[in-house]
Amino acid sequence: MSAISAEETPFRRFVSEFAASKLALFGLFVFVLIALAAIFANWIGPQNPYDLAQLDIMDGRLPPGSKSAAGYTYLLGTDDQGRDMFSGMLFGLRISLAVGVGSALFAACVGTTLGLLAAFFGRRTDAVIMRIVDLQLSFPAILVALMILAVLGKSVMNVVLALVIVEWAGYARNVRAIAMVERKREYIEAATCLALPWRRIMFRHLLPNCLPPLIVIATQQVARAIALEATLSFLGLGVPITEPSLGLLIANGYQYMLSGKYWISFYPGIALLITIVSINLVGDHLRDVLNPRLKR
Amino acid sequence: MVRVFVRAMAILGLSAAAASAQTLTIASSAPVTSMDPHYHTLTPNLSAHGHIFDRLIDQDATGHMIPNLALSWTLRDPTTWELKLRDAKFHDGTPFTAEDVAYTLARVPKVKNSPASFQIYTRAVVATEILDSHTILLKTASPYPLLPQDLLQVFMISHKLGAEPSTEDFNSGKNAIGTGPFRFVSYQPGNKIEMVRNDAYWGPKPYWARVDYRVISNDAGRTASLLAGDVGIIEFVPPADLAKLRTDPRVVVSEVVSNRSIYLWLDHSHDATMPEITGPNGEVLPKNPLKDLRVRQALSLAINRAGIVERVMEGAAIPTKQYLPPGNSNHVDDLLPDPFQADRAKALLAEAGYPNGFRITLHGPNDRYVNDAKIVQAVAQMWQRIGVQTTVDTMPWSSYATRAGKQEFAAFLLGWGVNSGEGTNPLRAQIATWNPERGLGTANRGRYSNPAVDALIDQAMTAMDRGERDKIVLRAMKMAMEDVPVIMLHLQKNIWATRKGLTFAARTDEETRATGVIEVKP
Amino acid sequence: MFTWILRRMFQASFVLLAMTVIVFVGVHVIGNPVDILISPEADQAERAKIIAEMGLDQPLWRQYAYFLNGALHGDLGRSFVFNEPALKLIGGRMPATLELAVTAVLMSMCFGIPLGLYAGLKPNGFLGRVIMTGSILGFSLPSFWVGLMLIMVFAVQLGWLPSTGRGETAMLFGVRWSFLTWDGLRHMAMPALNLSLFNISLVLRLTRAGVRENLTMDYVKFARAKGLSPARVIFVHILKNIMIPVTTVLGLELGSTIAFAVVTESVFAWPGMGKLIIDSINVLDRPVIVAYLMMIVLMFITINLVVDILYTMLDPRVRLETKA
Repeated sequence: MSAISAEETPFRRFVSEFAASKLALFGLFVFVLIALAAIFANWIGPQNPYDLAQLDIMDGRLPPGSKSAAGYTYLLGTDDQGRDMFSGMLFGLRISLAVGVGSALFAACVGTTLGLLAAFFGRRTDAVIMRIVDLQLSFPAILVALMILAVLGKSVMNVVLALVIVEWAGYARNVRAIAMVERKREYIEAATCLALPWRRIMFRHLLPNCLPPLIVIATQQVARAIALEATLSFLGLGVPITEPSLGLLIANGYQYMLSGKYWISFYPGIALLITIVSINLVGDHLRDVLNPRLKR
Repeated sequence: MVRVFVRAMAILGLSAAAASAQTLTIASSAPVTSMDPHYHTLTPNLSAHGHIFDRLIDQDATGHMIPNLALSWTLRDPTTWELKLRDAKFHDGTPFTAEDVAYTLARVPKVKNSPASFQIYTRAVVATEILDSHTILLKTASPYPLLPQDLLQVFMISHKLGAEPSTEDFNSGKNAIGTGPFRFVSYQPGNKIEMVRNDAYWGPKPYWARVDYRVISNDAGRTASLLAGDVGIIEFVPPADLAKLRTDPRVVVSEVVSNRSIYLWLDHSHDATMPEITGPNGEVLPKNPLKDLRVRQALSLAINRAGIVERVMEGAAIPTKQYLPPGNSNHVDDLLPDPFQADRAKALLAEAGYPNGFRITLHGPNDRYVNDAKIVQAVAQMWQRIGVQTTVDTMPWSSYATRAGKQEFAAFLLGWGVNSGEGTNPLRAQIATWNPERGLGTANRGRYSNPAVDALIDQAMTAMDRGERDKIVLRAMKMAMEDVPVIMLHLQKNIWATRKGLTFAARTDEETRATGVIEVKP
Repeated sequence: MFTWILRRMFQASFVLLAMTVIVFVGVHVIGNPVDILISPEADQAERAKIIAEMGLDQPLWRQYAYFLNGALHGDLGRSFVFNEPALKLIGGRMPATLELAVTAVLMSMCFGIPLGLYAGLKPNGFLGRVIMTGSILGFSLPSFWVGLMLIMVFAVQLGWLPSTGRGETAMLFGVRWSFLTWDGLRHMAMPALNLSLFNISLVLRLTRAGVRENLTMDYVKFARAKGLSPARVIFVHILKNIMIPVTTVLGLELGSTIAFAVVTESVFAWPGMGKLIIDSINVLDRPVIVAYLMMIVLMFITINLVVDILYTMLDPRVRLETKA
């Protein structure tokens, strides 16, 4: 059985393989569109939803298409504070993406490195790292977030930090499990026999072979981080309420679900869904392309 | 084996069906922390315990005192109250006597590890004297007119429980023996309390044969279980669902303005400025602007209370400038809610020397009061409009409570419920100058101090005549509130919703009582 | 093997110790439980009495020393709120959470593995794609939102299932269980589904990925070449290999399912320990928080141990580390 690491595959071949799937290309297209909308929210959104002086509670909970006192039309309605849902979603998307992608990437780096170290060196290193992982995984995310936000105060950065602390251990646990199997394979033994430096073996040989399952996890974790941030908001621990993320908008609208004011929670929910589906379409295909074992 | 199981299931199902005809399921909003009626001064506990235990004096739905186990309470001399007791029986059959009253009052301060003791309601009584089995004298150290109000909170237990009955034995049901309309069946903490009718009850026979007192703390979950017909009545109807429920043919809504006010504390403790207040460009201010009456008035006038009530509270509140609702004898009729006058607010700010406003952080909890975080945001909007640059910071009550008590905040939202329904309570706890030794101003988190009001409060505390005391309280309240120690926003409404065919007389004291739920035949 | 387990136990005790220190310091930093619990009308004497009764008048290190001393004697302290031993309190709530979490994990296997197998064998079929896209919903929708939708549809609109609560319970080994009664099962259906959605997606995707990977491997080609029936190849050979990542993840997820049942329990008013812990965090009931976390940590350590042992049985390539 031959294992070809991703490094040795020409970049062009990778691109053409990726482009073979129309669905994945479509996902990428949607994601880029969403990311652009989030980045340029200031210019697209008719209102700055984070400036309290621009909001008027007397415009609160207006259904989609209503006119504001100033004559502007609220395309997707307003929330309970009189925040234009469309602008709020654009700005919220920016925060949710930053939180989701930022925390997932950061957690992946930390978790993967530690997981690889644990699997590669075993023994004491493994024991120490894995016991910290146990400790971390047993702490409810809510408690971690409560402590961090109580000590450091509420901000987007602190939410990212809390999510990284919550999520890294999952990566470490999974990467270690995969790497334990890979480590015993012939190509690693061969590399060890060649007396290659351990860093090279770990990052050049072990890591690429652990990547496919890692990408599955990472794409899910972006989604999970965004959803977890929403849950933290639901429990009153998320981002500041005057700068709502997509998740906080959903959590705020949650209490209006039974009252027929669906738009407060529904549209942000749809936006969240589209974002996450597009990330996953890309991630799924990426995994297939990157997996050396699916190549015939 | 299987057949036995099936038969057991059938019996279970049958008995459940038979019981449900006369079973009332109540969905309460917060967990009951104990079945010991003297363990924790918490409204959910009082609400649940009232089914099993009786008080000496009770309140009717509108908050007026009515006889319960005590038929009458009269003042013999300024420090001695005489109570005539009713003929009643505990659930175990023993008669209720004066001995039980003395025993209960002695037991309250001895409850172990109580996180919030009922001692605050019994500490005025320094001695008891039993005249006969149904007459008892309660003595206070100094004239104390509020003893009847304090006794509203104290449930009577039987002296048969012996020395130091433990809280655990109440939770297990062993000690949960009262004189109330329902008998204890089981207590599953955080889940439900099951009770059955007390057929030997001294009062009118309770309508419901069984009461399931469930906890559904999630607001939407509570509404959904009512709509699904799984519960008969829900308390604390979330305002967001109010408009829908009012028009839903499956549901009946009942509401009353409560004694719970929502307001903003302003910091009076710092003479110089603090990090939460700075000049318009972030510079340090020489003195605390909140100490200037004109600034406090401006901040109050900037708030559109009608807007908050209509948009944020969805009609589940009324604007106010005082702690008690209209109709209460301690409500000051000529103390009206501040009008919404942004222009006058700006003028007042300029007059006070802040033509360009200042920067302030407005703090609020986000899991404590109805829509707390939303109210804070709405106020911040309105303050922005008069040039006060407001930052909003909300946090869970667990970190909020400690910080608010340490004078770390400049302006912060809190609520106060007047259980006794009488005006000296907020005056003593909130308005009086902070003096922990005397037990005054214990909840004065803004450290407001006004000697003239303090003097009036002292007077009210010794006025034994109700009419005279009311007059002093009204004067003190008006004097205090016109000085804007806190910015009053609104009084919440207590709202219940029942399944169609049931009605509930809404209560000012927030208690959900099965005896108040009446089945109406169409 | 035995010394290896012993060593893990030894390491576990350090983890427990570290955890308790973190919780003590963490809760101390967040706030003071007395401020939350005490009646605002209480005077200073009353306040001092309560602080002393809770032992909060002592310096933190001494409070911790008292706790350690108690813990060594099997006493993790009494709840500030309920005045019951913390362990008893948690023990009373644990069955509700356990049965919910176990049901949720079982559900995720029952739904996740067959769906994942199908999607893996027919990756380009229409149904396969639908399954994969549908699985994305499982971890993108916030569970509190899905929970309310389930209640709206199945309880309020259709009236098929009860909306909230635990329903009838039956006693077994002196503990109340819902899964023994029909009414209890009906009450459990929605919260268990709500809790398992994430895991269903996870298992489904892992299974699909595993199937696709294994299909190209030499041993499958050999097995086919040997003339084994396709069913045998899939259900015996491939499934056995897939079980490794699935076991890891599910073992891991049982723990986090229990730890994260908080939201589901809150929406469905399910009286489990998740609701107890969130209530305890809200009022900073430290003894309950510490006891709960100690139990959860112990559970995780046990699960990890079992998963590691299962590895060796499922995959002979992994050998347990023996003392060098």
